[in-house]
Amino acid sequence: MPSNSRVFPDLKALTMSMLSTVFSADVLKIDAAAVSADIASKIRDIVMRQLNRKGVIVAMSGGIDSSVVAALCSKAMGTERVLGLMLPEADSSPDSLHFANLLAQSLGIRTHVEDISVILTAAGCYQRRDEAIRKVIPEYQAGYKCKLVLPDQVNGSAYPIFSVVVESPQAERTKVRLTLDSYLGVVAATNLKQRTRKMMEYYYADLSNYAVAGTPNRLEYDQGFFVKNGDGAADLKPIAHLYKTQVYALAEYLGIAQEIQNRAPTTDTYSLDQSQDEFYFPLPYDRMDLCLYAKNHGLLPEEVAPVVDLTAKQVARVYHVIDATRSATRYLHRPPVLCEEVPEVPDDARV
Amino acid sequence: MTLNEELRQFVIDNFMFGKPYKGFADDDSFIERGIIDSTAVMELVAFLEERYRIKLQDEDLIPDNLDSINSLTRFVASRLPANFAGVGYADRIVLGI
Repeated sequence: MPSNSRVFPDLKALTMSMLSTVFSADVLKIDAAAVSADIASKIRDIVMRQLNRKGVIVAMSGGIDSSVVAALCSKAMGTERVLGLMLPEADSSPDSLHFANLLAQSLGIRTHVEDISVILTAAGCYQRRDEAIRKVIPEYQAGYKCKLVLPDQVNGSAYPIFSVVVESPQAERTKVRLTLDSYLGVVAATNLKQRTRKMMEYYYADLSNYAVAGTPNRLEYDQGFFVKNGDGAADLKPIAHLYKTQVYALAEYLGIAQEIQNRAPTTDTYSLDQSQDEFYFPLPYDRMDLCLYAKNHGLLPEEVAPVVDLTAKQVARVYHVIDATRSATRYLHRPPVLCEEVPEVPDDARV
Repeated sequence: MTLNEELRQFVIDNFMFGKPYKGFADDDSFIERGIIDSTAVMELVAFLEERYRIKLQDEDLIPDNLDSINSLTRFVASRLPANFAGVGYADRIVLGI
């Protein structure tokens, strides 16, 4: 008969082993055909019956989310009722336009290209951003590239305070922590990009009596990874309930070009290449999806850790970041708050 | 006004709109009580650097140093030069918790 001191560690190991068989990456598997058909049916109902519009505008970035939304809208409405917009600006990667065109051709939908650089220049977007960066890096000037980055949120305990990384024409990189006014200046200026894009989307929507489709996945929607009244604005958001892993599953089912599926998620907002997990999320999307799912289903960090190749302490930190980000971005989701209710206009009809 | 009192007043004025949350204590975690987010931390850092003329490095920006009135007080006190005179009404600051 073994002593207790030997039994308990064995039981713990056994329990952990059983837990890890319960939770796995399989929890995000979907029946792509069924999900695709269901969403297409709902898009039709939302656009034609609830919104009383004749078609859908989709701003296409060449990324996985907008590609899947464009494909789902085509499936739902027919290709003749979908208009794809490409809205590049001076800092956009040429890949974005290339992949968006590739998708539009494969779907057979109409497209318009509107280079918004002129509007952004007139609004002072680039000049204001550069002035904000020069508050912390005085030598920053035309010809330099930039991006914002966060400290490691999984392994360190540092507050998520952004630094700016700039690259000179000689490829010399400098990284400096942003002060409050430089940070706010950079964000306020670059948010003009998403808001200008949305303005153009609604121009084309008005022109054709179409609705505007937003393209956030669940991770982005839940964690507030969007600009209020920019990419956060839309008439419908067909994939906001799907984890990004599931969006990739739909992409495969819908026959989205492999090049688009293989493209690394990017913000496409700053002139230096910038992944979403160095700018916003603490982990790459596949592990972030699993942590978000696990947190949403009340799983303990110990149950999740082996599946996402982290320690329980690291998963607990990711859980904390999820909570903190939800709290900080709650206002982004809120419609304008009234001082008194107007009962004739129900909550779901307000903007 | 002690350093502790001045920091407490800054937090109340800037993150609680001038009215302390009910039962707000000097050891309460700003994060757990939802008092500050990352933008507010930047505001706090700007205040500390300007008011006390100290330079905060990246490694200083951790909850152990900045997540309560008491931790803030300890951190700032440990960084102030012995001959700190401050600006404005600094002559009224009495160091110590």
